[in-house]
Amino acid sequence: MLASLNARALVLSLVLLAVFLGLWEAASPKQELAGELTEYELLMGGAEPKAAVPPPSDVIAKAWEELSNPFYDAGPNDKGIGIQIGYSLYRVLSGYFLAAALAIPVGFLIGMSPLMYKALDPFIQVLRPISPLAWMPLALFVIQDSQASAIFVIFICSIWPMLINTAFGVAGVRKDWVNVARTHELGAFKTAWIVILPAAAPTILTGMRISIGIAWLVIVAAEMLVGGTGIGYYVWNEWNNLDLTSVVFSILMIGVVGMLLDTAFAYCARLVQYQE
Amino acid sequence: MSTPFLSLQNLSKRFQAPKGGEALTVFENVNLGIEKGEFVCIIGHSGCGKSTILNILAGLDEPTEGAVIMNGKEVSGPSLDRGIVFQNYSLLPWLSALKNVTFAVQARYKSWSKKQVHDHSMKYLEMVGLAGGAELRKPSQLSGGMRQRVSIARAFAIQPELLLLDEPFGALDALTRGSIQDELIRIWSGSDQTVFMITHDVDEAILLADRILLMTNGPYARVAESVQVDIPRPRERANIIHHSDYYDIRNHLVEFLATRSKELAGKQEDGVLAEPSVVRFGAHGVITDPKDNRKPATSRAE
Ligand SMILES: Nc1ncnc2c1ncn2[C@@H]1O[C@H](COP(=O)(O)OP(=O)(O)OP(=O)(O)O)[C@@H](O)[C@H]1O
Ligand SMILES: [Mg+2]
Repeated sequence: MLASLNARALVLSLVLLAVFLGLWEAASPKQELAGELTEYELLMGGAEPKAAVPPPSDVIAKAWEELSNPFYDAGPNDKGIGIQIGYSLYRVLSGYFLAAALAIPVGFLIGMSPLMYKALDPFIQVLRPISPLAWMPLALFVIQDSQASAIFVIFICSIWPMLINTAFGVAGVRKDWVNVARTHELGAFKTAWIVILPAAAPTILTGMRISIGIAWLVIVAAEMLVGGTGIGYYVWNEWNNLDLTSVVFSILMIGVVGMLLDTAFAYCARLVQYQE
Repeated sequence: MSTPFLSLQNLSKRFQAPKGGEALTVFENVNLGIEKGEFVCIIGHSGCGKSTILNILAGLDEPTEGAVIMNGKEVSGPSLDRGIVFQNYSLLPWLSALKNVTFAVQARYKSWSKKQVHDHSMKYLEMVGLAGGAELRKPSQLSGGMRQRVSIARAFAIQPELLLLDEPFGALDALTRGSIQDELIRIWSGSDQTVFMITHDVDEAILLADRILLMTNGPYARVAESVQVDIPRPRERANIIHHSDYYDIRNHLVEFLATRSKELAGKQEDGVLAEPSVVRFGAHGVITDPKDNRKPATSRAE
């Protein structure tokens, strides 16, 4: 029954995809044949038809071309999609893990100590709603390096969900389990390791999963601002080139990579899940 | 008179009411002494404060007034000298049954090797009938009774001086219950452990205990009586009912639960003895402690 449900869902997905692509293809204006272009149009490089939203067939052709050679490097404005995504992932993951290295211990502290919670709460409440991109000018000025600034923006946007979920998870550990640690005279470190961390892990992982999602959203915008490399820069660059086929293709790639990141974290979350 | 191994001195517990109402006094002026090696059961109606007393003995909770002295030292905070079987088992759900025991054994015997810890833990899991694969499962994959047995194995395995058992056999069928009761008695009699056990089962209490404490209903509960069980050991489940004292004790307990726990309930006036009156059955019927100045506890004769 379950298998057949999955099978039917898959069939339905494929049908929906085919209908969507069909409508899209039909709605896209056909490109005129090159021979019919006037001299003026030739001079303009046939820019008009090219600027229209491309049909899916073009996008698929583009995807095939890009994905069959993802890692070529032909100068600063012409790198393979794999390289661009690699740069973005590098920034996202380094900012993200720096944030985790800070947010999880601090979250632990806040969760364990009502005093720290009350003391740090106003800071968190003020800093959290700030759009991560609002930090960009300040980061560029202070750090003086566009790469590091992008990483900093990722760092600052990843911190909050992890911090808050860690604190929440740690503070919410059932008193019975803490009592088990106490009656067995576990020290602070062992209590954290044997009881608190595993008990709070599902909540912490949920925070980490939210964070990676936000980081991936933010990196595109950050790279559009700082330029140079990365998938966000790639989108912006192709838009400047009026290569909408590449823009649509890279949008799809952003979606796919985001999904893979989320799937990886969902998998980790399942590993630490427990049933009461 | 030397001070007993464990003594509860003027113990009171009040819980602050939410929103500043009148505090709930669970019990007041509890005075008790428990000798080393004694097996004591405590019986009382649900909500009278048995678990609260046990938590205070464990050091998990603090009394509002009074103190608990064990081995001449005031109890402050939990310790591995006091092993607990919690009413709700309190197993760590992310650990297998075996790991739930090994982490405790490791905490108790820090110098042991991994293998020693494992073997010792398995010995106790086998004792409660959890081996052959069940020990590798998580608590959520075990039945209620199996979880309770893991929790018993964990407490026994750390071989504490004082075992605190909060309705440890509540979720077990009669057969399993019987065999674990036998194990408990075997472990207890082979050591100088002291046992303090909460139960709702009068027959279980008579089978196991040297002394049965009877608690009145709350609030303002107190330990009203201390019933001595002088039936010689080893006691056999099948034979104990033929002992001449058995039904005297049993009826006394049942009658207490049915009527006197209610009659004796409520706030105490000053001047009434704070110690429970000692009740003893023998060839001549019931004897109550002579220093008791309340309505004498009586047996069937009444
Ligand atoms: N943390 C708490 N805050 C307020 N009241 C409490 C708290 N813990 C227990 N109580 C109250 O103290 C009383 C005694 O509770 P306790 O758990 O000791 O009962 P018990 O004798 O163990 O009952 P049972 O046999 O049902 O386990 C109850 O009236 C309960 O409502
Ligand atoms: Mg209880």
